Amino acid sequence: MKAGIVVFPGSNCDRDALHAARLAGMEAELLWHEDPGLHGSELVILPGGFAYGDYLRAGALARFSPVMRAIEDHAERGGLVLGICNGFQVLAEAGLVPGALLRNTSLRFEHRWVRLSVERHDTPFTAAVPAGATLRLPIAHGEGCYFLPEPELDALHARGGILFRYADPEGNPNGSARDIAGVLNQRGNVCGLMPHPERASEAVLGSDDGLLLFRSLLESAAAHASGVAA
Amino acid sequence: MTSYRFAVSVMPKAGILDPQGRAVEGSLGQLGLHGVRDVRVGRHVELSVEASSEAAARAVVERLSGALLANPLIEAWSVEMLDPGVAPVAVAAAE
Repeated sequence: MKAGIVVFPGSNCDRDALHAARLAGMEAELLWHEDPGLHGSELVILPGGFAYGDYLRAGALARFSPVMRAIEDHAERGGLVLGICNGFQVLAEAGLVPGALLRNTSLRFEHRWVRLSVERHDTPFTAAVPAGATLRLPIAHGEGCYFLPEPELDALHARGGILFRYADPEGNPNGSARDIAGVLNQRGNVCGLMPHPERASEAVLGSDDGLLLFRSLLESAAAHASGVAA
Repeated sequence: MTSYRFAVSVMPKAGILDPQGRAVEGSLGQLGLHGVRDVRVGRHVELSVEASSEAAARAVVERLSGALLANPLIEAWSVEMLDPGVAPVAVAAAE
């Protein structure tokens, strides 16, 4: 599987994501945001950071980068897209996943390890996560409070669009509606989450739970390829 | 073509938690001020548009407000045309 990791001005988790993707066994390269091509990427990762300095609103300006048109087309064709932290904010601003990320209710930049529950295992992002397992991943964000109007939250839940929830007993770290940490688009091929799986891809980092997401994507691509071949 | 100058005010929608507004409100007591409520913090943007008419200029501002300056899911905006003779708001000189 070939992964492309987008580099916006201000991205700072692009190389971590590149490392984690390669560690999981993917072929991976960086994609410059001004280049409108995806260079054959089957998976596009929008990494964490502060694209365009988070000016105006986090993700608001990155959304208009030339590469985003190609990513929208890729998603439209059913291609896989993963947005991590700032990448999730970009996806939300672009309307590729539902909702918006507001300032944390604490008004602080929250950075800590969190436990995540995985709400579905039948997605390309979570297929390799053992049933019942929680994931230990770090968060590091100032705007991670997930918002969607109540009726739309019900609809999101009903269609299985909530993929990850904060599961620590002390509650969620940013005030997110319904403890939401990550969501899926309607079609199930675009995922955004605030925690950082790429920063938890080796035991030496404190956890390698994040690698399960990259492995899931790799395995689902392999299954898809064999299905196509058959 | 004429240059039209506008001010766009972007505010968190009613019902959207505004922790900045809450923090500002929470510190007013330190000033000895009481009776101030419902503080909301938004954004004020001024810009000039070259267009053939005021209506055309206003349409451009509305479009860019909904597509970029505000996120319609969480923010509402209003557009006001400024007197063309008025210079952009000057930053008060620090004493």
